[in-house]
Amino acid sequence: MTVESIVFYVFATLTVVGALGVISMKNAVQAVLCLVLTFFSAAALWMLLEAEFLAVTLVLVYVGAVMVLFLFVVMMLDVDYASLRAGFSKYLPLGVITALALFGAIYWVIRSQVLGEIPEPAKNSADYSNVTVLGRLLYTDYFYAFEIAGVILLVAIIAAISLTFRGRRERRGQSVPLQHQTMREERLKIVSMESGRRQDAHLKPKKTSSKKEAPKDGVAKKSSSKKEPSKNKQDEAEKSEGKGS
Amino acid sequence: MSLTHYLVVSALLFTISVVGIIINRKNVITLLMCIELMLLAVNTNFIAFSRYLNDEVGQVFVFFILTVAAAEAAIGLAILVVLFRTNKKIDVAELKELKG
Amino acid sequence: MTIQAQLLLAVLAPLVGAIIAGLLGKKLGKVTTHRVTILGVLVSFVIAVKWFFVFLWGDATAVDLTVYEWASFGDVTIQIGFMLDSLTAIMMLVVTFVSLMVHIYSIGYMHDDLGYQRFFSYISLFTFSMLMLVMSNNFLQLFFGWEAVGVVSYLLIGFWYQKDSAIFANMKAFLVNRVGDFGFILGIGGIFLLFGTFDYAPIFTTMGVAQELVSLGGQPQENALALMDLNKTFAVWGDIEWAAMSFICICLFIGAMGKSAQVPLHIWLPDSMEGPTPISALIHAATMVTAGVFMVARMSPLFEFSETALAMITVIGAITALFMGLVAIVQNDIKRIIAYSTLSQLGYMVVALGVSAYSAAIFHLFTHAFFKALLFLGAGSVIIALHHEQDIRKMGGLYKKLPITYWCTLIGTLALIGTPFFSGFYSKDTIISASAEASGGFSGFAYFAVLTGVVVTAIYSVRLLLIVFHGKTRTEEKQFQQIQESPRVITWPLIALAIPSLFAGFVFGKPLLFGSFFRDSISVLEEHNVLQAVEAHYTSAIDFALHGFTSPVFLMLILGIVIAVIVYGWAPRFITMWAIFLKPVKKLLEKKYFFDDLNEKVVARSGRWLGQVFWRYGDKAIIDEGIIDGGTNTVKSIASKIRKIQTGYLYHYALMMVIGLVALLMWLLFKG
Repeated sequence: MTVESIVFYVFATLTVVGALGVISMKNAVQAVLCLVLTFFSAAALWMLLEAEFLAVTLVLVYVGAVMVLFLFVVMMLDVDYASLRAGFSKYLPLGVITALALFGAIYWVIRSQVLGEIPEPAKNSADYSNVTVLGRLLYTDYFYAFEIAGVILLVAIIAAISLTFRGRRERRGQSVPLQHQTMREERLKIVSMESGRRQDAHLKPKKTSSKKEAPKDGVAKKSSSKKEPSKNKQDEAEKSEGKGS
Repeated sequence: MSLTHYLVVSALLFTISVVGIIINRKNVITLLMCIELMLLAVNTNFIAFSRYLNDEVGQVFVFFILTVAAAEAAIGLAILVVLFRTNKKIDVAELKELKG
Repeated sequence: MTIQAQLLLAVLAPLVGAIIAGLLGKKLGKVTTHRVTILGVLVSFVIAVKWFFVFLWGDATAVDLTVYEWASFGDVTIQIGFMLDSLTAIMMLVVTFVSLMVHIYSIGYMHDDLGYQRFFSYISLFTFSMLMLVMSNNFLQLFFGWEAVGVVSYLLIGFWYQKDSAIFANMKAFLVNRVGDFGFILGIGGIFLLFGTFDYAPIFTTMGVAQELVSLGGQPQENALALMDLNKTFAVWGDIEWAAMSFICICLFIGAMGKSAQVPLHIWLPDSMEGPTPISALIHAATMVTAGVFMVARMSPLFEFSETALAMITVIGAITALFMGLVAIVQNDIKRIIAYSTLSQLGYMVVALGVSAYSAAIFHLFTHAFFKALLFLGAGSVIIALHHEQDIRKMGGLYKKLPITYWCTLIGTLALIGTPFFSGFYSKDTIISASAEASGGFSGFAYFAVLTGVVVTAIYSVRLLLIVFHGKTRTEEKQFQQIQESPRVITWPLIALAIPSLFAGFVFGKPLLFGSFFRDSISVLEEHNVLQAVEAHYTSAIDFALHGFTSPVFLMLILGIVIAVIVYGWAPRFITMWAIFLKPVKKLLEKKYFFDDLNEKVVARSGRWLGQVFWRYGDKAIIDEGIIDGGTNTVKSIASKIRKIQTGYLYHYALMMVIGLVALLMWLLFKG
């Protein structure tokens, strides 16, 4: 066993174990941490494959940024993860069968020499720079693709922000324009009332009482009919304020 | 270490992630993580082939896949947050508005 | 002013008038509107008169001007230009003079009409279009003018658009003209195929060389065409090959048949009398309907090389000249009588074209424009005097009430029937003599037709004159007392038209017919030159007229007049006798040889039937229900089945993915 193979087997095992942890952990935080483990050990494997730049990138970008994002979301959302695991054991047999079929098929292909015999290449010399090689390719042949990748990231930024951005919270404030627009009818309500209602009012002839009531009704109607639109207006104003802020 | 070793590892990763999708029928976060795993498997394949065929273009592809995967993760999580805000839960099994 | 500026001014002045009258008419008011349009036409008229006399007495040569290059692709250039030669000059004179008279006349005739400004805008627009037609130097511009006059004619026939009959008539005119235009545009296409150009000049040069090969080189026509590489054939239908020259000429003549209302495309002209009377005079008698005759004369270098086309022209013209004249005898509408007379006279012109007497055709066009416009305007004068009464059975004895109208109409009638010394005599007699001398196909029949036509012409003309102006009045007594001579704006144009109707033949006959006036615009092959033979009789205008008294034509004329006077003047009882005796003939004539019935019941109905079939089975069943609805239905039914696959469960999709992946791997394993 060379050192290289020891490193390989250790990190390969860690990768697979981490991946299994991701799909089987009860606690979502633990699952994310398992994913971090997987990425980390995969980065080590990439290092073995002499893809130093990408290995470092994987650790920096994935472990450093994306996984933190995952953790953040998992912790932020108040989700009952236990209930989400219902039916886990029910579907496990199906999962195992699928796994066997899929892995069997892939393994068969790998072993069947479909790909042909590929010998192990020689190790790169000490002055080989993976970054230089990648950089040369990226900034020449794949320059347009590189720029498009930048645009995709920009789109992702904008999309993520526009999806989650909720605007400012509704707040109570005053709208000066609305205050200026207000009319007297919206604020002032004139109610005509009888002052000092007499005890023997019901003894009085009907004629006068009906006469007195008629205008009163009219005023009440008038004020209510005038009030309604103004109320609507205010509601609308409030709504639009909520939207706009 | 032959190419086969690396291919087997990535095949295992891929299989595990597919199984994860099948057995975790409710948790969107797990699904997203499984997709990340899947992409990792693919990337590992790319890098292994790149090494053994002595062609750095494979690594360039991994670079782009990483970019897209990062974008996908960001947007996926954003959708998840919005989903949680509107539904108060992230149960995938109940998300079947697109049923034919 | 340069020639180009003059010609542009002549064309554009009426257009400007039309635009001003059309767009600003309501603001400017009636008086300003007619002043503006009359000024426009007057400008054109002055220029036309100048050039006519330059060509008549001066030694001007033909001018071919390019004003503007419209488009250019490959070797082909499409241009807007003017060809000014004697033929253009005489057409310009006719168009602008009659148009000017009609403009002035319309001040009176249309006085109370609501569409006064619209009317003046239309007739000015017509003058512009007609000038574009006659002055063009290429086929596309000719076609533009051709269609533009058609459009204006359509607008004017339907001028009183509240009347159903007017709408029917203008639609009919438009549709029938489409049939002709179909041929015309095919002919233009043939020209382009054969000569590779749309311009007149190179075509005429080529044909001129061919003609010299015939006349100087003594070659037969076919050899001349072969030498010029023009003896091609077109595969017209399947494998049937037609000589290109005949095909082109016949197609062009079909266009002329539509515009100049030759049998069987004549049916629109009588109905077009639904339009206002000045229009009938201007468009449907003097100018637009003669566009076909003008076009054939313009294309004389081509037509000379197709005996087939000339024979066809002869026979069509002869049929029109004789049989349409017969219909005029039984008509009772004053305008329709004159309309059928116009058809008959157009037939005379076409016969002249057919026997290669192009200058005779143009000369008859020239004189006919004057006396026919005069007759129409006279009829219009009668119509307004009787408050829009057109039925001649309700007229009579009007010569005392309408003296100026009567005398002018009399002059027009005498010119029409070809009384010696009147203008019509010179042109018509020449045509008859020419057809007698001709030796081409159907020339015998043509001679018979035009000779008999003289009798017919005399009968219907004299009948019209007698019934309308003589005898006892058949209008109500009270109304008859109130009839007044028309105002001066109406009578002056009548007088102005009566003068050329009297003297045009006498003065212009010799130079136009036999002189060198048309030397550079009309070319006739030596063997077709019938006018040379006629010229032998023509020593002077007076001698020719005196000689006319002894010819069979004059006998025919006298015969016609006598019959008409006996039947319609002295012994009205004859009419009833004739009616019994000649009932089937009368019925045939009243039904106008059943052309309208044929068109309505056979052509239109089978067309509608065909359309129904195509609509029902082609459009509805195959396209709508088969292709469009069928397509959507198929997609719908397939989609409703396959959409079941979309369960909405993510793990189903994952499983599908796995299955697909395994399948792909298996394929990789077992592919070879």
